[in-house]
Amino acid sequence: MNSAEFLLWVRGPGLNIALVIFTIGMLIRLLEIFMLGRKQNLAELRANGVSAGLRTIFTRSTPADKNSMRRSMFTFVAGYGFHIGLFVVIFLLTPHIQLIQSLLGFGWPALPTPVVDLFTVIALISLMALLWRRLTHPVVRYLSTPQDYLVWAATFLPLLTGYMSYHHLWFPYSWLLGVHILSVEFLLILFPFTKLTHAFTLFISRWYTGMMAGEKGVAS
Amino acid sequence: MSNNKPLGQALREQGVSRRGFLKFCATTASLMALPPSMVPAIAKALESARRPSVIWLSFQECTGCTESLTRSHAPTLEGLIFDNISLDYHHTLQAASGDAAEAAREAAMEENKGNYLLVVDGSIPLGNPGYSTIAGISNLEMLKEVAEHAAAIIAVGTCAAYGGLPHANPNPTGAVSVEEIIKDKPIVNVPGCPPIPVVITGVLAHFLTFGKLPELDHLGRPLAFYGNNIHDRCYRRPFYDKGLFANTFDDEGARKGWCLFKLGCKGPVTYNACATIKWNDGTSFPIEAGHGCLGCSEPNFWDMGGFYNALSESTMNLSRTAAVGIAVGAAAGTASGLLNRRKKSKAEAAHETVSVKDLQREDKS
Ligand code: SF4
Ligand code: SF4
Repeated sequence: MNSAEFLLWVRGPGLNIALVIFTIGMLIRLLEIFMLGRKQNLAELRANGVSAGLRTIFTRSTPADKNSMRRSMFTFVAGYGFHIGLFVVIFLLTPHIQLIQSLLGFGWPALPTPVVDLFTVIALISLMALLWRRLTHPVVRYLSTPQDYLVWAATFLPLLTGYMSYHHLWFPYSWLLGVHILSVEFLLILFPFTKLTHAFTLFISRWYTGMMAGEKGVAS
Repeated sequence: MSNNKPLGQALREQGVSRRGFLKFCATTASLMALPPSMVPAIAKALESARRPSVIWLSFQECTGCTESLTRSHAPTLEGLIFDNISLDYHHTLQAASGDAAEAAREAAMEENKGNYLLVVDGSIPLGNPGYSTIAGISNLEMLKEVAEHAAAIIAVGTCAAYGGLPHANPNPTGAVSVEEIIKDKPIVNVPGCPPIPVVITGVLAHFLTFGKLPELDHLGRPLAFYGNNIHDRCYRRPFYDKGLFANTFDDEGARKGWCLFKLGCKGPVTYNACATIKWNDGTSFPIEAGHGCLGCSEPNFWDMGGFYNALSESTMNLSRTAAVGIAVGAAAGTASGLLNRRKKSKAEAAHETVSVKDLQREDKS
């Protein structure tokens, strides 16, 4: 297989296979959660939970109390650096928007490539720092499962190969681009079966927590 | 047409000055990334080179490659060198036809056994030998026959190099490239749809100078010409980097000469000399004329998704795939959810109420 055939496969059948597995897997996951049902709430509602639920979705993204933030400054900075970087890279790079547009029929403006490039570097460094911590911090290390390392690698590779493709590092661009797309396909396929699902379920559970607390009339 | 005048003499007879000849040698050297100190060696070798016998076979092709090489622009040295190879057989260009032409080919093969160059343009159909024949001989048969005693083969154009248009999905004729058939001869791929004229004379000059073929890349292309990525050499690259793109062929971005990525430019995965050597005697190249690169020097470029779809888009219909995924996922998710609910209500129904009495220790009795 030469680079052109490889690229053709990952851009065509490979991407489609990954997308099918991703959508089917994620829908099963989410529908299972939504259809679980909740126990009937017999208590009188103190307030409407909807607004509290919505609020919690956002407030949990901000460091509410200085104390816990200070205590885990490292996780805080690296975690945010990584997640924001990843978000910018995925959703604000022109070629990616072009792909999303071909899928959904609409797009949005992109950031200049050097800016996205900077965010890629931030995300890469943050991810490496987080891995280093996972390996050196005794408690985190003890709590880590093989899946944690797998998911780390699956997230790191698309970023790394994307960075290498953009800068044409070491290998011919056609190969790099092919490997980059393949690594994304790998990530998409792993997505429904690993903790990566948190990218979706996070909002459900935040909403749920906020709503429950709201109905009881307490702050979440 | 066999004529054994050395190349230098033949060129002089055509009115090429020594100066012009040396200039050509210098350009060739620089194109092939050879040090300037090589120029005299090239000049010397070319000067005294006997015109090599060349047999040119055209299979499933559109004659675009021949057109590109022979009529690209006013006579140049490349053109003259090309004219001065002893083109013993080229069924488009030669005067003879039918049996006489085939006889010329056989005579040239016999006379220069083991020394002639074979140039091929067009792909070879494996589906049915009758799809493409010359004088009743199938392409496959003729290629094998002529390749057997060739010194080297130059596959000109993407069809001969990688299958090209005839090989495009669904490949009705079962078209393949030269290198898929001939395994035991040195082959140089000079892809392009069509290739840049000077590239083929460059390869010829290299062969005449050094008696061997130039260094090739992983797709069998001379590195000297195909070592550069269009995107890396593109003068619109700063716009790509800044994120300034033309969205249509007549918007403000297009007028300002911004990057053509969104309009389907395949430059980032294309290796060719367009952005450096340029076309039409160095006038310009497609991206300069406002159209994205099609990636014509790469295998399967016809199947790289639509010419006007961005490189990052899928070559297949992603939306349809997503729709199928969503439909199946929704059905499977609902089914699984319902099963879980049934399990839950069954468990609830089977639940026995436990009273305090049940929990009392019985060890007293
Ligand atoms: S026009 Fe094509 S080759 Fe030039 S910078 Fe844009 S994408 Fe790259
Ligand atoms: S710009 Fe691209 S498509 Fe056009 S001739 Fe050059 S390699 Fe081929």
